[in-house]
Amino acid sequence: MFGLELSFIWAGIIAFAVLVYVVLDGFDLGIGILFPLTKDESERSVMMNSVSPVWDGNETWLVLGGGGLFAVFPLAYSVVMPALYMPIILMLLGLVFRGVAFEYRWRTERWKPLWDMAFFGGSLTAALCQGIALGALVQGIEIEGRAYAGGWWDWLTPFSILCGVSVAVGYAMLGATWLNLKLEGRIQRHMRSLAWPAAIGTVICMVLVSIWTPFLDNVYFARWFAWPTAGFSVIVPVLLAAVVAGLFFGLRRQQEMRPFLCAQALFVLGFIGIGISFYPHIVPPSLTIVDAAAPDSSLWFALVGTLVLVPMILAYTGYAYWVFRGKIDPSEGYH
Amino acid sequence: MLDGFSAEVLARFQFAFTVSFHIIFPAFSIGLASYLAVLNALWLRTGNDLYRILFEYWKKLFAVAFAMGVVSGIVMSYQFGTNWSVFSDRAGPIIGPLMGYEVLSAFFLEAGFLGIMLFGRERVGNGLHMVATAVVAFGTLLSATWILSVNSWMQTPAGFSINEVGQFVPEDWWAIVFNPSFPYRLLHMVLAAYLTTALVVGAVGALHLLRDKTDMASRKMFSMAMWMLIVVTPLQIAAGDFHGINTLEHQPAKVMAMEGHYDSHPDGAPLILFGIPDPEEKRIDYAIEIPKLSSLILKHDLNAPLDGLDTIPDEDEPPVAIVFWSFRVMVGLGFAMLGLGGWAALQRFRGRLYESPMLHRAALVMGPAGFVAVLAGWITTEVGRQPFTVYGMLRTSDSLAPVAAPAVAASLMAFIVVYFFVFGAGTYYLLRMMNGSVKAIGKKRFREEGPIRTSGITPAGQYSDKKEVNRNVRA
Ligand code: HDD
Ligand code: HEM
Ligand code: HEM
Repeated sequence: MFGLELSFIWAGIIAFAVLVYVVLDGFDLGIGILFPLTKDESERSVMMNSVSPVWDGNETWLVLGGGGLFAVFPLAYSVVMPALYMPIILMLLGLVFRGVAFEYRWRTERWKPLWDMAFFGGSLTAALCQGIALGALVQGIEIEGRAYAGGWWDWLTPFSILCGVSVAVGYAMLGATWLNLKLEGRIQRHMRSLAWPAAIGTVICMVLVSIWTPFLDNVYFARWFAWPTAGFSVIVPVLLAAVVAGLFFGLRRQQEMRPFLCAQALFVLGFIGIGISFYPHIVPPSLTIVDAAAPDSSLWFALVGTLVLVPMILAYTGYAYWVFRGKIDPSEGYH
Repeated sequence: MLDGFSAEVLARFQFAFTVSFHIIFPAFSIGLASYLAVLNALWLRTGNDLYRILFEYWKKLFAVAFAMGVVSGIVMSYQFGTNWSVFSDRAGPIIGPLMGYEVLSAFFLEAGFLGIMLFGRERVGNGLHMVATAVVAFGTLLSATWILSVNSWMQTPAGFSINEVGQFVPEDWWAIVFNPSFPYRLLHMVLAAYLTTALVVGAVGALHLLRDKTDMASRKMFSMAMWMLIVVTPLQIAAGDFHGINTLEHQPAKVMAMEGHYDSHPDGAPLILFGIPDPEEKRIDYAIEIPKLSSLILKHDLNAPLDGLDTIPDEDEPPVAIVFWSFRVMVGLGFAMLGLGGWAALQRFRGRLYESPMLHRAALVMGPAGFVAVLAGWITTEVGRQPFTVYGMLRTSDSLAPVAAPAVAASLMAFIVVYFFVFGAGTYYLLRMMNGSVKAIGKKRFREEGPIRTSGITPAGQYSDKKEVNRNVRA
């Protein structure tokens, strides 16, 4: 009984880590995706500098998501990673390229265009692969015994591709609204104008994915359309509509904070929607949270530190954002 | 191109390749983070601008090396699942939480304060900036602690039981974290990181001294590095000795391979200095040996009996030749470092530390020695653990993920191409920055940088001289 609760607490923590990752790293990957849309060197510098001090911290939540899964749901980790082999490896390689671009592009004049391309290509690849991985997970993963039983191309389906595109477009929207918040003048107006198509694209993608998902699996269908769960599930689309309205309203009014927060809320709601479909599985269609959990002694050991450390992490991460708050000064930056 | 290989061989090679690249950067950034903290503290304490100049110089190198460490490390944390999923399922309940603690206690700390350390001095003031710099250094050491605990547990597993599905179940966390080889490995690795950094700093100092022996900043870093070398190398050799004795107790087969002892020696084993291992015939050809010395080193008794690999079943035997050679490379470099440190101490004593081009050339040549020794040491440790992933408990061949060989081959090729390109370019930038003169940072009074701002945006004008500094360094 106790063990059961513990594994659910942990599922909540992992979900939280992944959500924080999306909220934090989404906009900074989005900046990479928007990179080629401006050719101006000073604009690119200031775009990158708006996240230079924080990108590493943002990405660490991805390590926590993967590492946390390994620690408390080792079976899920060991099934999902081989199943998503290709998208995961590609995502990692993408992150390699974009991560080093933060430093390299300032160290060379001749190859600067190359590292700018690396920043863009790496960010886009990482975003696409994250979406594809999510789509492949939603689709379900074939398990036999304690191991993945499918082939190494099973992840590639129209649905997973759609998810990949959705995430990439969504991150671009997050990036554009972040830059609208952090920048001033011409470049700010430019980013705001890019936020429009990105936001419209995101909404279309979300609608398509939402319509498609219930038809992938009867369980999902029942969750969304059968009483009584539908009563709760309906709240999500209603909130979504409100958030979308807020986003467009804010952009229209040339506001700064509201569009960013609404764009983030869009992701949070999408995430909750997926959570509703998944529960109580950790790897649909057959592996449940309880089955995948590590022994209680592991869960306890990890939980104690997590409960102490995560609030501290949130506090000093918040402090780092506070230190670098406000509009970016184009002449600032240590490079 | 990689057709004839099994998924297992490919996955092993892939892991070895990516982790070998990864360890190069931490070995440098652990040492450099501490060095930066020391430089900054010295500047704050003494007000001597030389320290601040050195801080600004090495800070940029640190930022690049750190970025490479981060991206190569993120790859590592997912490789356990992609390539070694059975291992992950079995050992996850034990090593997963340890790595989780590494993320929570170390990676977030480093990442959270790195931004302030690199970009934030003007925004938070010198005091808090010092705190951030020290926290980053502390974070790198904490990260080493956790990951070495993980690795040591795989070498000398303790504090666990095995459940009905074959998973390792933690019984005693204290015994797991402080498993028998952990203290030795941690000490040895941290000292190795400090030595590696000292050698790089020393080589850069030497390079600039060869060009201009009056340059104060180069003198300072050369002097600091040589102090470090003469103090730390003896400690490292002692730590290595203790480490070996500990390994003899817990992983005797590894020590047999390191020593090249195919045969048992009931009354005192010789120390084989060099020779060519012949795995077929199970003997060392052309061996140059010193009688009974091995027993003296390992047992502190000339006539103590030592077992050889003839007492180990063939299927449990590690690959001897690799371990034998990599161990000699490491130890040989260790003594070369001692030699360099001793020479520098002698020249310092004679007042000729900055006037000795031969010494400076030697220091320059030894610049990369730390990296080579670190890699050689890890190869000794890891290959010597074979054929197990969890020593004595879980075989490497039973740890593999159910991935198709072509998938592993494709990703391996991708890693090789990408790593050589990306990290090759990074190494080139690092070398170019090291080639840039420290003097260029110039003599300016950093103390007079204007009022410390604790909030708000700093006006652009304030940075003008800083910009200039950067341009010079890059030039
Ligand atoms: C003795 C030191 C040491 C060793 C043996 C390893 N690492 Fe490491 N690692 C570090 C010392 C370090 C570090 C110095 O703490 C780094 C370098 C740059 C950084 O961010 O932290 C780091 C970075 C780093 C990161 C990025 C952290 C971030 O986002 O800030 C990850 C995910 C890993 N490592 C994971 C691993 C794994 C899975 C290893 C084993 C296979 C491993 N490391 C071996
Ligand atoms: C960072 C420096 C390290 C280096 C250079 C290194 C080197 C190697 C090498 C050469 C192998 C292949 C051995 C063989 O196939 O014969 C290997 C395998 C492996 N190492 Fe390490 N290792 C390092 C650190 C670690 C750490 C810290 C861990 C644990 C967290 C680890 C876990 C493993 C695992 C799981 C394998 C794969 C299975 C195997 O072949 O043993 N290694 N490593
Ligand atoms: C000359 C004296 C030295 C001796 C006697 C020595 C001894 C050892 C031994 C016995 C091991 C294997 C531990 C195991 O069984 O797993 C080892 C590993 C290692 N050595 Fe050394 N070593 C020496 C010098 C150095 C130097 C100079 C460096 C680097 C600057 C270095 C870096 C390492 C590293 C990174 C490892 C792998 C990590 C570990 O297991 O601690 N060693 N050393």
